[in-house]
Amino acid sequence: MEIQRIATPSGIEAWLVEDHRLPIVFVEIFWRAGSSSETADLEGLAYMLSGMLDEGAGDIDSEAFQKRLADLNIDLEFNASKDFFSAHVRTLEENLDEAIELLALALTQPRFDEEPLERVRAQILASLKQSLQNPEIIASKAWFASAFANHPYARSTRGTPGTVQAIQADDLRDWMSRALARDNIGVTVVGDVTPERLVQLLEKVFAGLPQKAKVAIPTVADFQAPGRVEVIEYPNPQSLIQFGHDGLARDDPDFIAAYVMNHVLGGGVLVSRLGEEVREKRGLAYSVYSYLYPLEHVSLFVGSLATENARVGEALEQVRLEIARMQKEGVTQEELDDAKAYLVGSYPLRFDSNEKIASQLSYIQREELGIDYIDHRNALIESVTRDDVNRAAQRLLDPDELLVVIVGEPELSGAP
Amino acid sequence: MAMLEVATPAQAQQSVESFTLDNGMEVIVIPDHRAPVVTHMVWYRVGSAEEPAGKSGIAHFLEHLMFKGTEKVPGGEFSHIVARNGGKSNAFTSYDYTAYFQRVAKEQLPLMMEMEADRMTNLKLSLEEVIPERGVVLEERHTRVESQPLALLGEKMTVALYGEHPYGRPIIGWRDEIEALDDGDALQFYRRFYAPNNAALVVAGDIEPDELLELAKTYYGGIEPNEQAVRDKRPEISEIDEPVRVVHEDERAQQPVFQRLYLAQSYYSAGLEPATAIDMLAEILGAGTTSRLYRALVVEQKVAVSAGAWATTDLFDRGRIGIYAIPREGVNPETLEVAVDAVVAEFVDKGVKDEEMERVRRGYLADLIYGWDDLQQQAYVFGASWGAGILPRDVLRWPEVVRSTTGEQVVSSAREYLRAENSVTGWLLPASQQ
Repeated sequence: MEIQRIATPSGIEAWLVEDHRLPIVFVEIFWRAGSSSETADLEGLAYMLSGMLDEGAGDIDSEAFQKRLADLNIDLEFNASKDFFSAHVRTLEENLDEAIELLALALTQPRFDEEPLERVRAQILASLKQSLQNPEIIASKAWFASAFANHPYARSTRGTPGTVQAIQADDLRDWMSRALARDNIGVTVVGDVTPERLVQLLEKVFAGLPQKAKVAIPTVADFQAPGRVEVIEYPNPQSLIQFGHDGLARDDPDFIAAYVMNHVLGGGVLVSRLGEEVREKRGLAYSVYSYLYPLEHVSLFVGSLATENARVGEALEQVRLEIARMQKEGVTQEELDDAKAYLVGSYPLRFDSNEKIASQLSYIQREELGIDYIDHRNALIESVTRDDVNRAAQRLLDPDELLVVIVGEPELSGAP
Repeated sequence: MAMLEVATPAQAQQSVESFTLDNGMEVIVIPDHRAPVVTHMVWYRVGSAEEPAGKSGIAHFLEHLMFKGTEKVPGGEFSHIVARNGGKSNAFTSYDYTAYFQRVAKEQLPLMMEMEADRMTNLKLSLEEVIPERGVVLEERHTRVESQPLALLGEKMTVALYGEHPYGRPIIGWRDEIEALDDGDALQFYRRFYAPNNAALVVAGDIEPDELLELAKTYYGGIEPNEQAVRDKRPEISEIDEPVRVVHEDERAQQPVFQRLYLAQSYYSAGLEPATAIDMLAEILGAGTTSRLYRALVVEQKVAVSAGAWATTDLFDRGRIGIYAIPREGVNPETLEVAVDAVVAEFVDKGVKDEEMERVRRGYLADLIYGWDDLQQQAYVFGASWGAGILPRDVLRWPEVVRSTTGEQVVSSAREYLRAENSVTGWLLPASQQ
């Protein structure tokens, strides 16, 4: 697989994997601006924008825009996360020109007409209500609210009913003109297109964007709730438990070692220590896992499981014991060898479709790992030693630091 | 062994071949050399619909227990070996089939086949493994069903739609029946249904048909068939006869949700043409923002925040058509239901436009091309179809059927199925509203 680096006249760099075996093109675009760059009174703005950009642009109103996409079988989606705004396009090669024109229109002349704006607002308000009956969302919101009080990370990407009510078309326009620029962008294209054609198409999209982004980028977030346990009473037979504390940055020299360590601890439900102790031996949970979660302005170690209310104490005890054991004793040579064999051997599975290739390259751009990262990523894993892993475990893990949020009607006594 | 067909779906340069081994095992191969990777799946024609009375959930529980071990690969080693070889592994259970799969680098395929063939007939279970795993399944049911007010409504509606037919039971099983399942139940079910003559091997990816056939003979060819391993005749699904209403009140529900199910047909029960017309009906009625339901209820009348329809037609017995809608704040449930019924009535009375038929046809054909990017998805489509009685040659004929299905066929199928007396209407309501 060859990744070409191409540049448009207006200075946008894109990565292209040219593949003419299927008549399909995937485009992945991200901007380094997300809900953490909103002001508190307009919480949820980027998310609402992601719902509005395919609702009409230029002289094409919402209905006509949606029909055009449907008639040409073009998938055009926008998303907002804490740190990124993104666009995703999937089209047949024969409709590529039109797909790019619609994308360019959406990004430069969105209409934000009243009907779609009020419809999308009503949909977001309904989804906020709906999320009050989703234990995972309840737990995740509470976890971030406690962990990062007074930092934008404490807020929710979808906003609150009050802020969602307040957002107006001009707010969307203002944020968009400051956030979706040419100097904070990453572009990946995979599929049935030549570099020459792609340069021309991309220039149509990006020539109309402002040169420089002017959004507030948040400061480094401090993890503020070590060792706290919060229970959110919720009438469910099962409790959802989210746990975590601060972690190692993506560019920390021990990040890869920590990643390998976490694979042993909680990376795969049937082959990890948490899976073995919580699920396989005791039948406490269907799903139990942990992962490293590097955001742009803080890095986290987090995990989750769900167990019947009566056994929450026992399950949590097992999680703490395994984290403590890993922190103190590290991994065995056999565990390390198995983890490396899996991580190295399964890496090609992330590239077995063009859609996955586009998504992986976009991730590599976002994390600034370099265009040749795929070539040496497995060597990074291979070179990790037991000492590296055990050092990373000691630096990263601390069961007493965990912020634990439990949603349900848990019994918190320990193991019987 | 006989070669059944070689075919190429229109508009994509892909081929699918299938064979039958001497012991009755089907082999379906989908060669694609874009990446040095294969998806290896074994499908059994047995699912929750084959469960004996009082043993609901045994098909799914057995699927979990299949990871416990054999003499050669004991004590949960299966998943560890797959992982050590850089593979990903999983399994799933439906009404009509149970499937196991691994995604691995091509070199590891023989090992995966060896292990999958081994556990087709050599499963060993101990009570020490079975009891905790039953706890895992009960937690899975907690997560997927008892924590989800909509899933609880869905269970009640499905019983009302299918009655005594096994599709009326949840695939995961009823909680009180799962609690009583043990190793004996699992092994009895396993010995009856897991055999090569009730299984299909599906491999997609970096391999050629003759190469796979040789491997299939080596690893699966020597397993003895079992003449008991065929599904029993299932009870007929009774007609509903009069409109049924189901209400599920739930203190956790934050807003009302409307659901409607109509008894329909499936690809197997009715044949390709009628089932395709059912799929197209659901598509025009309720797929996406250009559909009838979304346009009328969400955009024009502003009585709903979301609305749509779907059809489940990939079944061995009769399928269903579903409609859902969530009222906009301040709109009462009756108003929304009347509006849904009006959209359905207009569809049945006035028919479909050519423009709508064209959009659906183009969409389906585009989806076929998009589908070829994802080999795992291809293996899934051919495997799940086989599990529900649809052979590869019928799957490959589908684009042609999509092209030739007319608006009249779609409307006549709407007339046949979208009738109040053929339906179950469900409401999820916040408990405080009553």
